[in-house]
Amino acid sequence: MSSVISRGPVRTWSVALGLLVLTTVATIVFTAVVTLIGLVLPAQANGSLVTSGGRVVGSALIGQSFTDAKGDALPQWFQSRPSAAGDGYDGGASSGSNLGPDNPDLVKAIDERKAAIVRQDGPGAVPADAVTASGSGLDPHVSEAYALRQVDRVAQARGLSAARVRALVEQHVQAPDLGFLGEPTVNVLQLNIALAALAR
Amino acid sequence: MDALRFALTLLTLVIALVAIGWPLSTWMARTYTTDRDWLVERGVYRLLGVDARAQQRWPNYLRGVLAISVLGVLLLYGIQRLQAVLPLSLGLPAVPEGLAFNTAISFVTNTNWQSYSPELTLGYTAQLAGLAVQNFLSAAIGMAVAITLVRGIASRGGTGVIGNVWVDLVRTLSRILVPGALIAAVVLLATGVIQNLSGFQTVQTLTGGTATIPGGPVASQEAIKLLGTNGGGFFNANSAHPFENPTGLSNLFEIVLMLVIPFALARTFGLMVGDRRQGRAVLAAMITLYVLCTAAVTALEVGGAGSATVAAGGAMEGKEQRFGVLWSALFGSTSTLTSTGAVNSMHDSYTPLGGMVTMLDMMLGELAPGGVGSGLYGFLMIAILAVFLAGLMIGRTPQYLGKKIAGREITFVSLYVLTTPTVILAGLGLTFAIPGVTADVAKTSIWNPGPHGFSEVLYAFTSAANNNGSAFAGLTANTPWLNAALGAAMWLGRYLPIVFVLALAGSFASQDTHVEAGADTGGLVTHRPQFVALAVGTVLVVAALTYLPVLALGPLAEGLA
Repeated sequence: MSSVISRGPVRTWSVALGLLVLTTVATIVFTAVVTLIGLVLPAQANGSLVTSGGRVVGSALIGQSFTDAKGDALPQWFQSRPSAAGDGYDGGASSGSNLGPDNPDLVKAIDERKAAIVRQDGPGAVPADAVTASGSGLDPHVSEAYALRQVDRVAQARGLSAARVRALVEQHVQAPDLGFLGEPTVNVLQLNIALAALAR
Repeated sequence: MDALRFALTLLTLVIALVAIGWPLSTWMARTYTTDRDWLVERGVYRLLGVDARAQQRWPNYLRGVLAISVLGVLLLYGIQRLQAVLPLSLGLPAVPEGLAFNTAISFVTNTNWQSYSPELTLGYTAQLAGLAVQNFLSAAIGMAVAITLVRGIASRGGTGVIGNVWVDLVRTLSRILVPGALIAAVVLLATGVIQNLSGFQTVQTLTGGTATIPGGPVASQEAIKLLGTNGGGFFNANSAHPFENPTGLSNLFEIVLMLVIPFALARTFGLMVGDRRQGRAVLAAMITLYVLCTAAVTALEVGGAGSATVAAGGAMEGKEQRFGVLWSALFGSTSTLTSTGAVNSMHDSYTPLGGMVTMLDMMLGELAPGGVGSGLYGFLMIAILAVFLAGLMIGRTPQYLGKKIAGREITFVSLYVLTTPTVILAGLGLTFAIPGVTADVAKTSIWNPGPHGFSEVLYAFTSAANNNGSAFAGLTANTPWLNAALGAAMWLGRYLPIVFVLALAGSFASQDTHVEAGADTGGLVTHRPQFVALAVGTVLVVAALTYLPVLALGPLAEGLA
């Protein structure tokens, strides 16, 4: 580089102009280009929406609750994890519980959730994901263990054989990306859509 | 099975970082040394009336950095206050004064602390025209400042000039951040990150109830959020939100984005000072600290301590099923070690000591590998301190790459090292010393009982002063005191260190050195494992001496109880 040394004061108007140029580039140009590219990938860009019976019933990525108006679990549907988003799975208010690892309220909530699962689904070990709220409050997945634990209850509530429902769960276990990038999951909404189709 | 999958993930991470970081580091070195301007860059210089060939001394460079930062705060504040009349605001009202002040400083300082819940507070225009601009600009400022220090160290002839701030900023944007973010946004889109302007949709669910599906230009924001180590989420849940981070692949890619520029800059440093071994030594020290801290967080989270964690049978509170404990801990550690502050799991619900290590990650000074630019200059400051300490031990005038570290230089380094701890401890001290404030924080802000509640406040000031931006998010920070105090902490924690770095760069640039590049001087070799160990030790000792007492009041008290 040459050796001219700049000594002049900073010209505010030119800094402001620079900021405006950047605002235009970062906002309009950059976002518009990415949005245009999104048109090539409409399914992803629009939120991986899923349909059942010809209508959109949700997003494959956003968890839902399968409860009645009072918030009690509907036994004929596979249940999602507990949620701290709004009143539960509120897509307009993503949030974790942020309860600390020694918070007595959290210990109490976990004990109550465990007891409720044992009451509905029978005795036995309860997986950790079944009694804890996710970070987003919108976790679309449960563990394979938690899905399998719900099989007998769901089968009974729907008058289906447990073997058929179990097979459905096993079909819906998703391996992590590339087989190793994360945990295996079961997508609750997609499982329930398949379940509804099975019943029909 | 988990362990094998995790090991393969780490292997993939290393391969991806080398594959992208290696050519990127060469590209960055060329970006900051070439004489050739791109056509579009010349257009910008002409428009702004900038002489691209003019070199600046450090006070002039600093004035440029401060001018664009102050104007940036004003612009971002104004946009938030005018939200009610801006288009695409989703019907949201103007952001209140205190919150708008905090948020403006937060994004300009590359902290991206969020006292608010985005989906309830900011419309698309504020996110795009306000926040996104600062995501790019604050990252570019960090990188430009780091490069001035590298130039100062590499300089010969004692001219005192350290570069041209406008050229450095424009090139960082045009050649590194904008193209990089564009590629990253497309990859994120492909994994399922959304990009639309649909607002909130309501659909009827299988049970007959309703569900809300949010929209937004998320992929474009997400890309620069991570690539620029910003960390401010489009949604409240940040990278835990399935629309910000939908799959295991997106999760790994986001980790790569956070790490790639900070690590690559270490090699860029070696290239620019004409001695690759120096870059390798910096990289080795950064990697050592990164591996130590990440292993600690991961092991502690898998260990699953805490009464609630034990009751649940694993540390899954605040964690997504697709990421599990391991891939959450990897992300959390990366984010706190890179000054990003994005989270894919809620740190407030981490095990007591696992959460403490995420805090310690920040307390190291955000240098392993740290934020874009700030990580490199942070580490170089510590390396210079280590050289000085070694010089005292062996009784010679300390030199780093031929630059003498005399009274003036070590003063700037010391001020740099002391600034962040002073800001954190002063903010924390004031919070618990002013009776009215203490009562308000205890009543309104703190969410969890016992020592964990104290940890929430400690985490907040640590995060703000280190420009990280993550939180023990149970803390309600949207109060007059915390908005003001954390805003001040972010500003001081960003710009005081930048002043000292630029001053040191100027001081080095004024030294006339005649040393052959790479020659060993002052009896201290700064590219061997001994020096790497010394630098790592210096980082750990400084952090431990500064923060152990305060950690004992919060997470240590909880974790060892």
